[in-house]
Amino acid sequence: MADDKDVLRDVWFGRIPTCFTLNQDEATEREAEPYYLLLPRVSYLTLVTDKVKKHFLKVMKAEDVGEMWFEYEGTPLKWHNPIGVLFDLHAFNTVLPWSITVHFKNFPDRDLLHCLSNTVVEAHFMSSIKEADALKHKSQVINDMQKKDHKQLWMGLQNDKFDQFWAMNRKLMEYPTEEEGFRYIPFRIYQTMSDRPFIQKLFRPVSPEGKVHTLGTLLKEMYPVALPNDGEQKLYQVVIHGIEPLLETPVQWLSEHLSHPDNFLHICIIPVPTE
Amino acid sequence: MGSCTGGCSSPLSLTLSFLFCLSPPPAPPAPLSFPERRLLIPSRGIDVLLKAVGDTPIMKTKKWAVDRGRTVQSLSQFISRFLKLDANEQLFIYVNQAFAPSPDQEVGALFDCFGSDGKLVLHYCKSQAWG
Repeated sequence: MADDKDVLRDVWFGRIPTCFTLNQDEATEREAEPYYLLLPRVSYLTLVTDKVKKHFLKVMKAEDVGEMWFEYEGTPLKWHNPIGVLFDLHAFNTVLPWSITVHFKNFPDRDLLHCLSNTVVEAHFMSSIKEADALKHKSQVINDMQKKDHKQLWMGLQNDKFDQFWAMNRKLMEYPTEEEGFRYIPFRIYQTMSDRPFIQKLFRPVSPEGKVHTLGTLLKEMYPVALPNDGEQKLYQVVIHGIEPLLETPVQWLSEHLSHPDNFLHICIIPVPTE
Repeated sequence: MGSCTGGCSSPLSLTLSFLFCLSPPPAPPAPLSFPERRLLIPSRGIDVLLKAVGDTPIMKTKKWAVDRGRTVQSLSQFISRFLKLDANEQLFIYVNQAFAPSPDQEVGALFDCFGSDGKLVLHYCKSQAWG
């Protein structure tokens, strides 16, 4: 039987074939060819698109170049959500490669956060890890780490170094042997049907009676509409890292194995495509 | 509204009077324009206690009833305007003196996860305080 730890590697190395096309309203000196890239699911758009920017800058005048941002079928893509979450939420049932439009003007301030350097991504990433650890361990594990340990988590993500990242992240996934899991499970539930950014509440891995909480019990409490009623047709897909895990899967296991590097379990609820 | 440096603390009685004045929230000292008024929704709001860190100016009114659906970003913009910060001055918001919440996070979600004693305590600072 395969070791559960193999799942961590599979999640880390998940890739989405993507085609970047320049927005046709951008002023160019000659036609811009599309640019193809395999995007890491667990990373952030602004962290892995230096090559995309360089490619399109070759055909543009410097004075026409503002902050780069991305759009998929009219929706500005929030770089501060992991790439895999953006894909699952907006493009899950579409044909690959994922077709993203690149913009260099009219930055949508209302929809997107500015990101002019990787230090912005780093601050956001580290804040997410700290928030997750506040839920998991009352911040004890992250606070016991040194500055260089925090840096190791970030450098691991930035440079796509699985072993470097997990050597440190392992500690964030531990819990006292007398406990049955984390204090609370850091999760976020996203849906396209509402303007709300995401659902995030306190949820324990085990009920007061000692019953293991599953993905199904989590959804029943947080977003019951996502669950099919007996005998009725399924209306929504519950997607994590591009798969639909069984609703019987314990949330503690999901949190340890299917969380993103920011230590949150990101769950996307998407409508089942109609024929 | 006086801007205070770190060494200046308001008298205890004054602080307490604000703490116990729960409903309706105390009227802000200066007239507010329309978007600010929308922050004060006693019926649907949750109690947020705003605390300054370091040499960031304090707000005389510390306790605010904030709409659950308000985002951290819009709360941050409100504080910046209230304190009359320059446009180029940044404002950082912290939960539990531990982490900076995502700007698109709703205050209601933060309250659900990190509120205690019926209120959410947020620290604000003009420079990065807790990394």
